[in-house]
Amino acid sequence: MNDKIQPGHEQYAEDLALYALGALEAGSCAQLELHLKDCPACRSELAALRGDAALLALSVSGPAPPQRSRQRLLSAIADIKKEQPVAVRAIPVRRPWWSFAPVFASLVLAVIAILLVRENTNLKQANEQLTAQMIQADKESQKAREIMALITAQDAVHVSLVSTKTPPAPHIKTIYQPRTGRLVLMASNLDPLPAGKTYELWLIPKSGAPMPAGLFKPDAHGMAMMMPENPEVPAWTELKAFAVTVEPEGGTTTPTMPIVLMGSGQ
Amino acid sequence: MAQLYDRYSGIVYSVALRVLNDTGAAEDVLQEVFLQLWRNPNVFDAGRGSLGAWLSVIARNRAIDALRKRKPMTDFDNVVLAVECNLESEAGRKVSIEKARAALTKVPADQRKALELAFFQGLTHTEIAAKTGEPLGTIKTRIRAALTALRKAMTEK
Repeated sequence: MNDKIQPGHEQYAEDLALYALGALEAGSCAQLELHLKDCPACRSELAALRGDAALLALSVSGPAPPQRSRQRLLSAIADIKKEQPVAVRAIPVRRPWWSFAPVFASLVLAVIAILLVRENTNLKQANEQLTAQMIQADKESQKAREIMALITAQDAVHVSLVSTKTPPAPHIKTIYQPRTGRLVLMASNLDPLPAGKTYELWLIPKSGAPMPAGLFKPDAHGMAMMMPENPEVPAWTELKAFAVTVEPEGGTTTPTMPIVLMGSGQ
Repeated sequence: MAQLYDRYSGIVYSVALRVLNDTGAAEDVLQEVFLQLWRNPNVFDAGRGSLGAWLSVIARNRAIDALRKRKPMTDFDNVVLAVECNLESEAGRKVSIEKARAALTKVPADQRKALELAFFQGLTHTEIAAKTGEPLGTIKTRIRAALTALRKAMTEK
C-alpha cells in the first residue's frame, strides 16, 4: 500500500491522504506543506492520492444539469465579450504614463524656447551696452591721441606763460598710477643737455635704493614727454619722491648727484 | 467552451449536487467552474492530469467551499492530480465512470464511509472522528486505506 512512499516518510502517508481530501486539520497542514516543498516523492504521492479522490468524484451518478445552465453560461460569456469593447474604449481615459510623453516634450520645448528668447534678448542688451562702451572708449582714445599728437608735434608752438618778473624755470609733471606702476612724464623749460648726456628720472621708495624710471631729452623748446612702455617699478610701491639727474647717454643704475629736479611722492 | 461544457458539465454538476444537495447551488458551482475556465484557459494544462478529472475535483472543492459558506480555499492553480482514465470521449467517460463506481464498491464500508464524509461533506478527520465516535488514528488509517483500495481496484483488469 505504501509503495509510493519513500522509506522514512511513512509518518506522512496518512496525513498526505487527508491533505489530498482537504481533511487534514489546519495545524498539521503547515508542517506537511513544509515537507512537501522539499520532497518530490511525497508531492508525487499527493498527486496520485488526488487522482484517487477524483475517481470518487467520477463515481457520482446524478441528473444532467438543466438546459438553462448551458444558456446561462453562454449568455454570461457573451455579456463579458460585450463588455470588453467598452473596456477598450475606456483605455484612452486610463492611458499609461508614457502616452503623455509627447505632451511633456512639447511643454519642455516651449519652456526652452521661452528661455532662449529671453537669453537672446539679454545677449542683445549686453551687446548694445558693450558697443556703446566701445564707442565711448574710442572717443576717449581719439581725444588722448589728439592731445598727444599736439603735444609732441614738431611744428606745435609751446608757450608757457609765466610772471613777467621771473625767468621761466624748468618744470616737470609726472603722473604715477600705483595700481599699475605706470607713469607719464611731461617736462617744459628744461635746460639743454651737454653732448653725451641725458636726463634720467628716479623713483625714490620709502625704503630701499632709488629706482631708474626712464630717460628723456628736451627738444629745442625745452619740452619732453616720456612714458615707459614696460615700467620696472613694481605695482603698489610706496614712493617718497621723484627725482631727475643728468646722466651719461644710456643712463645709469644709480643716480649721479646732483638732483636737478625733485618732487614729493605724496 | 460550449463543447467542453457539453462534455464535462454532467460530471461537474453531479459532484456539486452530491456535495450541496441543492440544484440551484449546484448550478452556481457549475457556472463558476466553467466561467473560470473560460476566463483563464491556461489554468489547466496536461501536467495537471485529465481535464475531466481535474474539473470534477475543482467542482468538489468549490462545492465544499459553498457548503461551508467560506471563501474559496483552493486555488485552481494548486490542484495537481494523477489519474489514468480516458474522459475525452463519450464512450471513454462511460467506461471510466463505471469502473470508478465498481472500484468504490470494493472498498470496505467503514473505509468508504470515512472517505465519503471527508470528500463529499468536507469534514476534517477530527470532525469525522467526532461524528462517528471512532478514534482519530482509526479515521486517518481508514481514509488512507480507502484511497489506496480505490486505486488498486482501478488498476485491476
